[in-house]
Amino acid sequence: MNRTYELMFIVRPDMADEDLDKLISTLETTVTSASGSIKSVERMGKRRLAYMVRKFREGVYILLTIEGAGSVVHELERRLRVTEPVIKFITVRIDEEQKRLEKIKKLRDAKKKVSAQPAAAEEAPAAPAQETPATA
Amino acid sequence: MTDETKAPAPVADRPSRPFGERSGGGDRPRFGGGGGGGRSGPGGPPREGGRKFFRRKKVCKFCTEKIADINYKDYRLLGQFVAESGKIVPRRLTGVCSPHQHRLASAIKQARNIALLPFAGRAS
Repeated sequence: MNRTYELMFIVRPDMADEDLDKLISTLETTVTSASGSIKSVERMGKRRLAYMVRKFREGVYILLTIEGAGSVVHELERRLRVTEPVIKFITVRIDEEQKRLEKIKKLRDAKKKVSAQPAAAEEAPAAPAQETPATA
Repeated sequence: MTDETKAPAPVADRPSRPFGERSGGGDRPRFGGGGGGGRSGPGGPPREGGRKFFRRKKVCKFCTEKIADINYKDYRLLGQFVAESGKIVPRRLTGVCSPHQHRLASAIKQARNIALLPFAGRAS
C-alpha cells in the first residue's frame, strides 16, 4: 500500500551544511532500504521559530516528500528521534488531500470550459460581421 | 424589570408620534426596540427598524477567493485567522464557512506543532 507523506523537520541552526547533506543522504538510504522512495527534498532555509524548542529560537527547515508504506514513516521517525541535531519533525499524509485537490481542479476546469464555449460561439459570428464592412 | 418600567412610556407616546419611537429606542436594539414596538413582547425578535447600523454580511475568504488548499506550511495565510494571543479566531468573527474552518483549525494545529505558529502569544 503506497502512500505519499510529507515529512518536515527542523535541525538546529548551528549545524554545518556538510553535516546536513550527510543527514539527508542517510535519511534517503533509510527510505530506499525500507522500499520507499523520496520524491523531493526541499530546503526551506533558516527561519525563526514561533516558540523556543530545546533552547533554540531559530532552526533550519527541511521538507521531504516520501512515497511508501507506513513502515517507512515509522522507521524514519525512529531515526529522526535518535538523531541529535533534529529538534522537531512532523509527518503528514498528503495523498488524500492531493486527490481531493485534483478533483476540485478538474471540476473547476470543466466549469470553465462550459462557460467559455458559449462565449466563444457568440464571438465567432460577431467577428466576421464586423470585418465584412471593413473589407467592402 | 427594565421592560416593565419602559413599556408604558412608548405606549403613551404612540398616538402622537407613531414612528418616532424608532429613533428613541434605536440605540438599544433588544429592549428598546422590542418594548417600543408593543406587538413583539420583551425578549422577542428585535424590530427591523430598531437598528441604526447594519452589519456587512461576512463571507468565507476561502470560498470567495477559491483557495482550495489550506496547508499547514502556509503560515502567512493561517496567521490571518490566529488572534494576537495565538488563539484560533472563531467562525462567528471571521465568517469562514464550516468546512473551511474545520480544515483551517487542523492546519493551524499542525503548524503549531512544527513551530510555524505559536501555541500562545505572538511569534517571538
